[in-house]
Amino acid sequence: MIKRVEEKRILMENCVAVNLKTAEKRIFTSKNIAFLKRRYPRLKLRTGEWLPFESPDASIEGYIKKGGYKALEKVLKMKPEEVIKEIEDSQLIGRGGAAFPTGLKWKFVFKQTEKEKYFVCNADEGEPGTFKDKVLLDQSPHKIIEGMIIGAYASGASKGYIYVREEYFDSTRTIEKAIGEARDKGFLGINILDSSFSFDIKVVRGMGSYICGEETALFRSIEGRRGIPEVKPPFPTTSGLYKKPTVINNVETLANIPHIILNGARWFKSLGVEGSFGTKIFSISGNVKNPGVYELELGKFTLADLIYGLAGGIEGNRKLKAVLPGGASTRFLTKDNLDIKMDYKSLKEAGTSLGTGAVIVFDETISIPRIVKHLFDFYEEESCGSCVPCRIGTKRISEILKDIIEPATVKVGNLYGTDGANMNYLTKLKDIGMAMKESSKCGLGQSAPDPLLSSIDFFSNEYLALIKKVNGRKS
Amino acid sequence: MTELNFNKLNNLFLKYKGRGETELVIPVLQEIQNIFGYLPQRALEKMSRHYNIPLSYIYGVATFYKYFTFEPRGKNIIRVCDGTACHIKGARSILKTVEDTLGIKPGGTTKDFKFSLEVVRCLGICFLAPVMVINQDYYGRLTPEKVKKILKRYK
Repeated sequence: MIKRVEEKRILMENCVAVNLKTAEKRIFTSKNIAFLKRRYPRLKLRTGEWLPFESPDASIEGYIKKGGYKALEKVLKMKPEEVIKEIEDSQLIGRGGAAFPTGLKWKFVFKQTEKEKYFVCNADEGEPGTFKDKVLLDQSPHKIIEGMIIGAYASGASKGYIYVREEYFDSTRTIEKAIGEARDKGFLGINILDSSFSFDIKVVRGMGSYICGEETALFRSIEGRRGIPEVKPPFPTTSGLYKKPTVINNVETLANIPHIILNGARWFKSLGVEGSFGTKIFSISGNVKNPGVYELELGKFTLADLIYGLAGGIEGNRKLKAVLPGGASTRFLTKDNLDIKMDYKSLKEAGTSLGTGAVIVFDETISIPRIVKHLFDFYEEESCGSCVPCRIGTKRISEILKDIIEPATVKVGNLYGTDGANMNYLTKLKDIGMAMKESSKCGLGQSAPDPLLSSIDFFSNEYLALIKKVNGRKS
Repeated sequence: MTELNFNKLNNLFLKYKGRGETELVIPVLQEIQNIFGYLPQRALEKMSRHYNIPLSYIYGVATFYKYFTFEPRGKNIIRVCDGTACHIKGARSILKTVEDTLGIKPGGTTKDFKFSLEVVRCLGICFLAPVMVINQDYYGRLTPEKVKKILKRYK
């Protein structure tokens, strides 16, 4: 039933897969160390621990040897409109979670008449379970830089920023080094490759804030303010960083750009399926045998192929209980959804979303209410507090879940702990969740209730069993 | 407090030129934290005067971001990941081992200022869960035994 899945690598062709099984085989056994040292002379090897190491793409020489910055040369001979047309024709969709067409975004900014425009790369990969951007930043930084330069040329931006989260301190160093190399070779700076186009990139380090992955909060953070999202519209394409028209793209989206320019939109559309062209990097984690990043054509494989074919199935041959298919803030899928095709449209039809492509797998031993509680502790902490539904909602949901899960801590007089045997915990959770979804200002508050609401739909028996215990204790 | 060496601050102020630009606030705060290990009030006051940015504004920004701290921390900073993937792979037992071995709770620092402990959500290396980072070294696929061994190295 399950296909043998072959990884179709485009974005990561020169990356070393961080599939644990192969990584271990490649890194830790003495037999392979000699081989690896020959192949990657700069690789630091240390037994016992895993180290991120450099792929041939990480240095500018290696990248150029493989045809790097050829796309930029090609683009500089084209008109910006032609570049945008190519990207629009490829129907590339943003890979950061919101799935907005990239070409359209560039066009909106291109059409703005303001002189000053910005191009921002969002490398604040904070969604729990996601680590695809880290692999690209570590192993293929020049591809991202090239994608940014092309995007800036097309949209007319003259200044670029890469916002990297604090936790990726090693990736920050890699990308800073890569920018320096690109500047030395004349790919960045004034009059790039003797054209009239000038563009430079600055790296900005985050300081530990989940909300700063939200685009308007990210802009505020670059501006040196508290990372609080703004009400949209106006969208960043008209009023973004410093209130100027701004393109903001995810790392993986940008890594696609040089490939599309070099090979054409038609080639790109030969990959994937209608509505979801190209490939997607999936980061699989949780209770699977081989967690790691896998690059796959969109829509050609099912969730089962991914979990059982690539990730080797569930640890300890236990049974699958639930899957979060696109990072923590998406709706749960269950074992009934195993045949779902992994693309934007199919997952949308199933009521969830491909999000960042972070597939978190939970086996039968995991208590779903506890996981949801754990998530809400996180949202409560990370909510910026500027809008009421999110600030109060995450707190109340967290409290109710605490009451359900740890009844011993329920205090007499607690708002939710005193109304007798027939507690309507679930109704309350749903009400607050829906209110958050409908009235929160930004993506955090709007999508945080998704795992909660879907878990109540699919695993209400688990909640009810816990609630029964609470009620039993009280009566 | 008197032992703090503020000479480095002047060099830092020379490196980041400007007056009143808020864009400088986060990078300068990051550097101050690099120098002292935390954000001393006197350094922030100097920063406020030098850049002509209200102290209240600087504190407003600094308190928003999780990794800025206002208290001296240990030589080695341990970050135990409690993201979703690490959580289901037993991050709690890893955290408990660190807590018990060092006798500190998350947010705390040992009396000899050798270790500080933090709990973070998702370090972005979920395929090695459960994970922790000490200073800038990653440790993955942890077990309580492994944690004890690793901690010994830093003592």
